[in-house]
Amino acid sequence: MNLGSETGGDGVPPANKGLLAAASVLLLIPIVALMWVSSYARETPRLGGIPFFFWYQFAWVFLCSAMTWTAYKLVLAARPRPPARGPGEQR
Amino acid sequence: MIPLDVHKGVNGTALTVLIVLFLVVTVLGFMASRFRRSGDLNTLDEWGLGGRGFGTWVTWFLLGGDLYTAYTFVAVPAAMFALGSVSGFFAVPYTIVLYPIIFVFMARLWSVSHRNGYVTSADFVRGRYGSRGLSLAVAVTGFVATMPYIALQLVGIQAVLEVAGVGSGDNWLAKDLPLFIAFVVLAAYTYSSGLRAPAVIAFVKDTLIYLVIIVAIIYLPHKFGGWSHIFGAAQEKMNATNPATGKPTGAFIPGSGQMWAYATLGLGSAMALFMYPHSITASLSSKSRNTIRRNAALLPAYSFVLGLLALLGWVAIAAKTNPVGLDGKPNPQLVIPQLFEDAFPSWFAGVAFAAIAIGALVPAAIMSIAAANTFTRNIYKEWVNPTATPAQEAKISKLMSLVVKAFALVFVLSLDKQNAINFQLLGGVWILQTFPAIVFSLYTRWFHRWALLLGWAAGMVYGTVAAYRVVNPATNAHFAGSLADIPGLGDMGYIAMTAFVLNVVVCVVGTLVLRAAKIGNGFDQTKPADYFADAGDPRVDHDLAAGPASGERAEA
Repeated sequence: MNLGSETGGDGVPPANKGLLAAASVLLLIPIVALMWVSSYARETPRLGGIPFFFWYQFAWVFLCSAMTWTAYKLVLAARPRPPARGPGEQR
Repeated sequence: MIPLDVHKGVNGTALTVLIVLFLVVTVLGFMASRFRRSGDLNTLDEWGLGGRGFGTWVTWFLLGGDLYTAYTFVAVPAAMFALGSVSGFFAVPYTIVLYPIIFVFMARLWSVSHRNGYVTSADFVRGRYGSRGLSLAVAVTGFVATMPYIALQLVGIQAVLEVAGVGSGDNWLAKDLPLFIAFVVLAAYTYSSGLRAPAVIAFVKDTLIYLVIIVAIIYLPHKFGGWSHIFGAAQEKMNATNPATGKPTGAFIPGSGQMWAYATLGLGSAMALFMYPHSITASLSSKSRNTIRRNAALLPAYSFVLGLLALLGWVAIAAKTNPVGLDGKPNPQLVIPQLFEDAFPSWFAGVAFAAIAIGALVPAAIMSIAAANTFTRNIYKEWVNPTATPAQEAKISKLMSLVVKAFALVFVLSLDKQNAINFQLLGGVWILQTFPAIVFSLYTRWFHRWALLLGWAAGMVYGTVAAYRVVNPATNAHFAGSLADIPGLGDMGYIAMTAFVLNVVVCVVGTLVLRAAKIGNGFDQTKPADYFADAGDPRVDHDLAAGPASGERAEA
């Protein structure tokens, strides 16, 4: 997946392509893992009575969230920009 | 087996609580017109986008309000209850892979839209290719695909009112009275307050929902024998032979022939969701390019909740919930409200009903507003009245938000609502066909605008015909499901994805032909740097300043 890694001219901000590639991989992992249904469509091992199929997908909620957050930080680092705070910006 | 006395008639306490909470929300909706209002509500930007300027927090609530809906509370558990994991639990991978996908392209769409003043995806396509035809195709698809999605919300509200005992099976008017009440309330407050109404109500809604969920998830599994017993009961039901078809009732865990169905339902739904006008509206109303990316990491909290709610459909199996409509016929859509009514004291059942009803109301409002905006900008102004004044635009939008809801009502009344999740899946079949024109075009202009239009047409026709051909063996109703054979694979898959693949193939072949023929690809209004612009860029700030930039906290 292309994260928009053009660099140089046209006013496009320069970017660290390595970091963008790392972010792309992080974003791709959950998609591949969850689309590969045969890797988790089974009952065991159970966790507290919950079949594997279900708790495994619940676990991916957190894994995906963590990976997306990391990718967010990587993308910010890959294309740093002066802190642009409009008058209404808060955080 | 189905005694008619399961219905004790009107549940007075629950209904009272429901009505009180409903009224509170309605009043909030009307008052919402004052929420952070800085511009004139009679302009499209102010009414339709809330002036654009919501931070991470409000955007999080707004998107949550959008994404987790009657689909989550009624349709998904109902599908789990009636048909099992392939038909219901795919919603979990769907709402997980959703976020990496939008992370990738939504920031670019935000930037290019705010640099060039685009409000809809059709605006973007118009600017990217100078193509009115392709833009019209995107706009019409967005408008039409929203209708079944709103229909699903109306089914959710109706389910709650029906379990609470409103309406009766006596005649068609009394039977559909709850539906009409819900429709009128929704229409009234959306009409007067615009997007601000749902923004405020989302807070109330999410508070109610989290309260109900936490109680339900801690209390119900314990009450009905624990998770082991619940999964056991579900497995038994799903493996039992359905006398009507001679096949198992449903899937406990997807079997070997169902992997493609499960995966394509998840991925197709995820790719489709952010093509809907309402999702794009919500994303564009965030105040900086990266708000949406931060949200992509925060929103999965909702996915976890969604998974637990899906499993409530199986808790209902263990609880032996018997969802029977007021007409005396079984209706799986009633299963969650019925479970709450059976398991909780009346007053709390009322709170739960309110959570579900309001949880359907908010997205229905957002969806109808967004579809109306698209209609006004990309159909009315582009093709009917190019010199429309801002006041005229706002007026048409308000009118069309009523029209789209009226069509949704027609969907509810005319299509089989036994498996309401199909409404949403049918919308997905259509809206996914705009993916190449929108998302591919964010990265490249290699694709030819006419090839994109041809691919869209091929996907739309194939998808609609394939969905029409899915017939319910019991009722002979068409559009009875969203799975069909994937040609050349032998397994079933989500029709939207098969149509999408066909769409992309046509786009590629068409582009090669049109490029070889040296046919022009239109004028590109956007510049490469536009796709990276953020708040702080003068043109972006000018665009954002169409809304409030006063610095007051959105949450205040």
